[in-house]
This record gives sequence, structure tokens and C-alpha cells, in this order.
Amino acid sequence: MKIVVCVKRVPDTETKVKISADGKALDQSGVNYILNPYDEFAVEQALQLKESAGGEVIAISLGTAETEKILRTTLAMGADKAILLKADNYTGITETRTIAKLLATKIKEVGADIIFFGRQSIDNDAAALGPSIARELSLPFCGLITKFEKTNEGIKVGREADGGIETFTLSLPCVVSANKGLNTPRYASLKGVMAAKTKPLETIPVQLSDQLVSVVSLELPGARKEGKIVAEGSAAVEQLVKLLHEEAKVI
Amino acid sequence: MKKSSLEAVSLASTLAQGGKVIAAVFTKSSFKNQLEKAGATIVAFQDISYSPTKHGEALAQLAKKYNSALILASATLHGKEVGALCSASLDCPFLADVVEIAGTQPLKVKHPVYAGKAIATFESKAAQNVLTLRPNVFTYADHPTTANESAEQTQIANVGEMLVDFVKSAKAKKELTESDIIVSGGRGLGGPEHFDIIEQLADALGAAVGASRAVVDAGWRPHSDQVGQTGKTVSPKLYIACAISGAVQHLAGMRSSKVIVAINKDKDAPIFKIADYGIIGDVFEVVPALTKEILKRKG
Repeated sequence: MKIVVCVKRVPDTETKVKISADGKALDQSGVNYILNPYDEFAVEQALQLKESAGGEVIAISLGTAETEKILRTTLAMGADKAILLKADNYTGITETRTIAKLLATKIKEVGADIIFFGRQSIDNDAAALGPSIARELSLPFCGLITKFEKTNEGIKVGREADGGIETFTLSLPCVVSANKGLNTPRYASLKGVMAAKTKPLETIPVQLSDQLVSVVSLELPGARKEGKIVAEGSAAVEQLVKLLHEEAKVI
Repeated sequence: MKKSSLEAVSLASTLAQGGKVIAAVFTKSSFKNQLEKAGATIVAFQDISYSPTKHGEALAQLAKKYNSALILASATLHGKEVGALCSASLDCPFLADVVEIAGTQPLKVKHPVYAGKAIATFESKAAQNVLTLRPNVFTYADHPTTANESAEQTQIANVGEMLVDFVKSAKAKKELTESDIIVSGGRGLGGPEHFDIIEQLADALGAAVGASRAVVDAGWRPHSDQVGQTGKTVSPKLYIACAISGAVQHLAGMRSSKVIVAINKDKDAPIFKIADYGIIGDVFEVVPALTKEILKRKG
């Protein structure tokens, strides 16, 4: 099977966001970048599928040159090849359609039987790339899966929705996005890290052409009004309820 | 009709400024009464069983039929994937989890990024845009009007995607992202059995129950209860954090709550910096006392 997994380089969850001088982007100084946490579940499922059904795992990403490090991580975990669509001006919080088309074109060329995504990137939080690429390639899609099974006819996946579990069947080729709980991602072994250095990583420069959607500004959320400690212990409860009712008017 | 769907129709009515507001419903009934009260001028309905691509396609066909400039969906799990699929079908921009419409000519919207640690303002020059709206942010208002029902007959090709089963949870749980009040528990509770005090307080308030990542990772609560950067982002009127220290990743998921209450025995817990009201104390004393006080006032 040709198993493609689409990954992204994102600022880690500890990042204290500061705005750049031009007021439109993240100030990158001191920011540590990682493989998008949800993508780890996608990579793990891709590797498990290869181990059970045979084939190869190809990791792909669109990003700046530094994204190569993230692709090496996926190679170290066990992916066989990686492809970087290198866009020097990529900020991570662009509107999805532009990058979806670029990635879809390359993925089509690769000829995937199944394409894994993480459910969303923790910078853009749109959860849109998977569905967008699925539609671009006219492939069935199911997102946020927490159960995955290969069947004779294709795959069977499950996810939590509307207070229950939905189960879908999808024919191949298809696109899925992985949610936390799907599996336990493996750590790259030292052997894996060494092997990753010589696994094929293809870099293709791409242009993010004049986009219809642009970032006008990036701001920190408004500071919350300073709060107050009502009091200590259960004696404070009566006062708290009074405040929530009369002052905050939320109950 | 889901509250968040009606919020979307209500917003559409405000933005349409007298223009057409088409409510797209993919069920047997049209829900005309609720929808026209919210401001729909046309209710386009068709019974299509759920599958992401089918609904995305059907929505796109309606947008083409009515030449819609703006397509709105609520940012629920289904809304997000249907919206994204629809935008791809229309080949138009998709903007997710919008919390503010900052302008209409050209369209300017705000949505949180970096798990809510920043707010980005986007401007779109496209003639058509798909937006998903964060639930609980765009306050519903009646915009009573008379809607025409349109029984649609869009033909959607099968795309190899089929919903084969839906099993509802034995315990009907309130959806966190759409709840007005949330009571959340953290690792300070000591164990899954102690979540009963959280559930009792939630019941008294008609609230949903949330959890910190530590508690989910420890297996005490399911991932669907997790609030935070790798869990759910919530925007309730009231968020009560019990025995939660307030790690930056947790704050990312709940900082846009209107009012935050923190109950923790550690006076230096970071959660107190973001809380509007705090009680320093043992959750095992304070939370049951709070439940008792709420029930007393209700009764």
C-alpha cells in the first residue's frame, strides 16, 4: 500500500505568544517548534498499517526549510520517504485552500491508497486541510477518528460525535484525520534517528501565490479584568454564589 | 434545532441586511418554524443521511443555486468538516472558528489561533466565503420572518463513504463546546471516584463536565471531556475549575469563558491569575458546599 501522512511543523504548546513588529505574525524568537501533536497519531497509524498490510509510508509537509527537521522525525519514527514542499513565506496561519491545492497535486502524483492527517494543527486550529485535500482529489473523508480497522473493502473507522460513537466505512483510496486516543505514538529509536539521516527526503520549492485571504493583524486576546479571591474555604461559598448571581449574572 | 445552528441563522439574518437567508437542512422535516423565527427567508431541505462529503457537496450545490456570498455553519464536529468540504467544492476560502465579523465589504473576520493565545484578523477578497462560527459567541436573537420551504432534490453521487452505525453513550452527556456552564475537575481530585462531587455540582447547575489533560491521560475521564490545547476549546458563560492548577495548555482551551471561577487549595496556582473569582480551599469541602448552596437557592 502507498500510505501518505501529511504533517506540519508548529510552535510547541508551551509557547508564550508574542506578536512580531509588523503586528501580523508570531514573533519567532525563543519559539520551539515540534511535529504537530495530532500528526503523531497519524504517523503512528500509518506505520501500524504498513506493518500489517505492507507497503511504504511517505510523509509530506508544506513549510519553510526548517520543516525538514520535522520530516526527519517522521522518518526516524519509521516513515520510508519524505517530501517537503518548501514555501519560504509560509507562516502556518494561512487560509487552507491555497496550500491544500499544492499538497493535493503532489499527493496525486505520489498515488496514495490512503492519506492520514492529524485532526488539526495547533496553530491554525482549522481542521480543514484533510477535508480540503479529500475533496480536491474526490476521495471519501472521515475526520477525528479514534478507531481504525483495515477491511477487505477498504477501512472502517470510528469517532465520537454528538454524544455517541459514529462508525463509517470508506473505500480506498480515502482520507482520514486522527484524533487523540486512536493509538499511542511510538518514540523514534536511536536506530531510527540514525537511519533517518539517509532516507530519501525530496525538497520541492513552491510559491504561495497571491492569496485571496490575508492576515490583517494578529493580536493578543484582551486582558481579563483582574479577579478577586472571594475568601477561603467553604465559608466563601455563600458569597461566591451571591456574586455569580448578582454581579456576574451568570447563574 | 441545535442552539448553535440557530445562532448561525440569526447572524446570517443580521449580515444579510434584508437579502436572502437560506437555511440548509438535511433531514426529512424542514424545521420551518424555528428557522423563520431566527431569520431564514428560505428553508431548503432534503433528507440526506449523514456523510461528510455528501453534506459538503449538497451544501455547495445550494450555495451555487442561490448564488450565496456567504455560507455559515456552526463550528461543531460536523459543521467543521462539512464547511471545509463545501469550500473545497466551491473552490472558495474557508475560515474556521470565527468569533467576530469585523467587516463585510470586504469580509473581515477574527478567529483564535495558537489555541486561543492570539486572535488573527483575516480579510478575504473572494466573492464567496465559507465560515464556521464558534458556538456560544454570536448571541441568538429573533429575526421573525416568513420563510418559503423548498424541498430540494440535489443528486449527490456516492463517494465511497458510509455511516454504518451510531451508538449513543449510555449516559447522555452535555456537549462541552455548546454548554453555557462547565464544571471541570483536575488532578487534585485524586482519583476518578472523586469526580462525583464535580458531577453533582454540574447537575445542580445544568452544566457540562470537563477535565484537565492530566485527568484524561490518567484514564479517569474520556478524551471527549478534555478542555485545553489538545482537547476542546470552550466558551461558556461560566467555567468553574476545581483542583486545576492552570497550565498554559489548559488555559488555552477555556480562557475565552465569560466568567471563570477557580477552586484550589494552592494559593499560588496559576489559575487564580486568570480567574474572576477564586476560592482558596479544599475542593472536597468547597465543591459540595457550593452544590448545597446552589440547590438551596434553587429550591
